[in-house]
Amino acid sequence: MPEPTRPLHLSVALDRPGTYAAEPYVEAARLAERGRFDFVTLGDSFGPPRRGRGRLDALAVLARVAPATERIGLVPTVTTTHTEPFHVSSALATLDWASRGRAGWTVEVSTDDREAAVFGRREAPDAWAAWREAEAVADVVARLWDSWEDDAEIRDVASGRFVDRDKLHHVDFEGPGFSVRGPSIVPRPPQGRPVVAVDATAPAAQATAARHADVAYVRVGNPDDPRAAHAVRAARGDLRQRARAHGRDPGGHGGRLVVLASLPVALHAAADAVALADLVDRWYTDGVADGFHFRPQDPDRDLALLVDGTVPVLQHRGLLRGFYPGSTLREHLCLARPANRYATVRETTVRETA
Amino acid sequence: MTTRKRMHLAAHFPGVNNTTVWADPRAGSQIDFSSFEHLARVAERGLFDFFFLAEGLRLREHKGRLHDLDVVGRPESVTVLNALAAVTERLGLAATVNATFNEPYELARRLASLDHLSGGRAAWNVVTSSDAFTGENFRRGGYLDRADRYTRAAEFVATARELWDSWLPHSSGADGTPRPFVHRGRHFSVSGTFDVPRSPQGHPVVIQAGDSEEGREFAASAADVVFTRHGTLEAGRAFYADVKGRLAAYGRRPEELKIMPGVTFVLGDTAAEAQEKADVIREQQVSPQTAILTLEQVWGRDLSAYDPDGPLPDVDPDPEGRLTQGRVPLGDPFAVAAKWRALSEAKGLSIRQTVIEATGRQSFIGTPRQVAARMDEFVTEEAADGFILVPHLTPGGLDDFVERVVPLLQERGAFRAEHSGSTLRDHLGLPLPVWKG
Ligand SMILES: Cc1cc2nc3c(=O)[nH]c(=O)nc-3n(C[C@H](O)[C@H](O)[C@H](O)COP(=O)(O)O)c2cc1C
Repeated sequence: MPEPTRPLHLSVALDRPGTYAAEPYVEAARLAERGRFDFVTLGDSFGPPRRGRGRLDALAVLARVAPATERIGLVPTVTTTHTEPFHVSSALATLDWASRGRAGWTVEVSTDDREAAVFGRREAPDAWAAWREAEAVADVVARLWDSWEDDAEIRDVASGRFVDRDKLHHVDFEGPGFSVRGPSIVPRPPQGRPVVAVDATAPAAQATAARHADVAYVRVGNPDDPRAAHAVRAARGDLRQRARAHGRDPGGHGGRLVVLASLPVALHAAADAVALADLVDRWYTDGVADGFHFRPQDPDRDLALLVDGTVPVLQHRGLLRGFYPGSTLREHLCLARPANRYATVRETTVRETA
Repeated sequence: MTTRKRMHLAAHFPGVNNTTVWADPRAGSQIDFSSFEHLARVAERGLFDFFFLAEGLRLREHKGRLHDLDVVGRPESVTVLNALAAVTERLGLAATVNATFNEPYELARRLASLDHLSGGRAAWNVVTSSDAFTGENFRRGGYLDRADRYTRAAEFVATARELWDSWLPHSSGADGTPRPFVHRGRHFSVSGTFDVPRSPQGHPVVIQAGDSEEGREFAASAADVVFTRHGTLEAGRAFYADVKGRLAAYGRRPEELKIMPGVTFVLGDTAAEAQEKADVIREQQVSPQTAILTLEQVWGRDLSAYDPDGPLPDVDPDPEGRLTQGRVPLGDPFAVAAKWRALSEAKGLSIRQTVIEATGRQSFIGTPRQVAARMDEFVTEEAADGFILVPHLTPGGLDDFVERVVPLLQERGAFRAEHSGSTLRDHLGLPLPVWKG
């Protein structure tokens, strides 16, 4: 059966090590919004500065960007190895509230000894152990987002009750090396659950991507390599198959998995921007990927050419929309607002006992 | 001529708090960003020093069930403050963050990020809980005993300061050079290289909230601001003298630590009108259900069969029956019960009237002029350096104060007429911390 046609999804990384003021991030996000990108990403880790250049907490930067933008999705990396799942859930839910439904989360792990040493709590796990834990963290974080039903707040003056406590749920989650009782301290965010993204390039990350991700990135070292398209197509096929094995429908509305080719870009002139549009056109038309995640080499130069060079070509060819049809990141990505698992459980038990 | 002592003002977001009235038609959302934006903009218009967010890491429970009578649910503080930095320019941004269920590297980095992104407006209210109840949401559970809460908090703050000082400053004012740090202590053994350069304030402002002996000592050693509970002028003067008196032992001057009690206020065109409004607010704050619940907190017993409009129960409190989790107890149950019974008998008050009378009276009630004078008196009489105002309505609860009281405070010379600097340290008159590389 042919799959429904989907819009081309574009996203771009805002990383700029050594920048500590808000304005450059705000300007870049606004520029990307003008280019009608679905979302921007910002990477993060607890590793040391590189070549003397540090970086700020990624979620903090994108929270600062939120009120200065209107439609674009905001997707920070938040790591799971040394952080508290409860705090991770609260911070991302808050980003979703502050951006009125535009938050996402790139799940990442910390496997470097230097990251372990700044916490001093545990040894650095290997990638497989770290991703097993990340998978459990992604699970409990999503449960915490669901731990409030959407209509839990009732403000019933007659009975004096602010919430209906039957619509708040303990999550009672046991993970490897942690447990969380819940419920969340933050009401269910506007998107129900912020969008979850995983860089599925490394084999250890693929199980988490197939099970929990709404968006998976597949990294491409050199897009001009003739084998690159084939590698991304294969990775996409594999991820979708694994998602199906978990009972998801990766092409459908519920369980959809958006696979993005993550490309390094270095655009020096208008001709480069057009050449990139050609590549996007070719790969997208051939069904290699559902869209792209661009990683600029020079954040100022490359983003400007992407927005003023590549995007208009794609729009002209009818591949890219010229406006945002929706207002939340889920809407941009054609992802359904997820049903609340706890609400479903209650309805089923009611039906069974009825 | 001596310069007149000017007060500092902060705005507490009225969220999960038993003073917040949600059952009023004007009460708005406790979670939509627009509510935070409204209150922050009003505070900035009123030239406030900072905006303040409380924290609670486990939803409160009563009789083994989630407490449902007060506002429930709030955003994560640091994230919402980063967003507020985008819609304000001068206002300080203070987050309450627990030192027990966080780690120094991560939190120091988040606070330094807020300080950079806001241009030097970050503050951290250090709180310490370690109860097993809250711990059930975290990796390590409730693992600290009471005495160790403040030793951990003190070492946490010291470690954070080492990280904030770890970059070698650059003489030209550029970002400087990262340098490795090592901290080996009882609670933390960490090493590496911090990846955020020294932020505009050097160190974010540190606030301490906790009135115990250990809390006061910790404040004297490490805090820039103390957030305390409000009492009478006399009690305030005693607390003020006690805490300021502890500073010399740490080589600090009295003006290096600001004492800011949390206060409520009710304004009216006449004193009588203000008092009437205050009475209505108290009734809204203590619904019949809340009255019974408050009584149960003291008695440690299920009192749901009692009539809130009837007399107090004859039974004695059960000192073992802690029914409430996630909330500070009201004191020794027998003493409190005896006091409330006496009050009820003397004035012929019902359960609800007793609770209204005995708990949480508003701090300042009166015309704008009366309130301004009374607040000024607390400051000139050395009971406070300023106030953290806790409005009872979200999000408009500060509008009237800024409209009507702030101009009178300015007229008296008791409050600034403009922000003289752009950082929170500037507003509070605190120096940049000396770099201890
Ligand atoms: C005015 C005031 C405000 C407080 N706000 C918070 C808060 O927002 N979150 C929190 O977890 N604890 C809060 N606390 C609790 C303190 O951090 C501390 O745990 C408690 O006061 C017990 O410490 P103590 O024995 O030193 O008083 C507050 C305390 C005071 C006095």
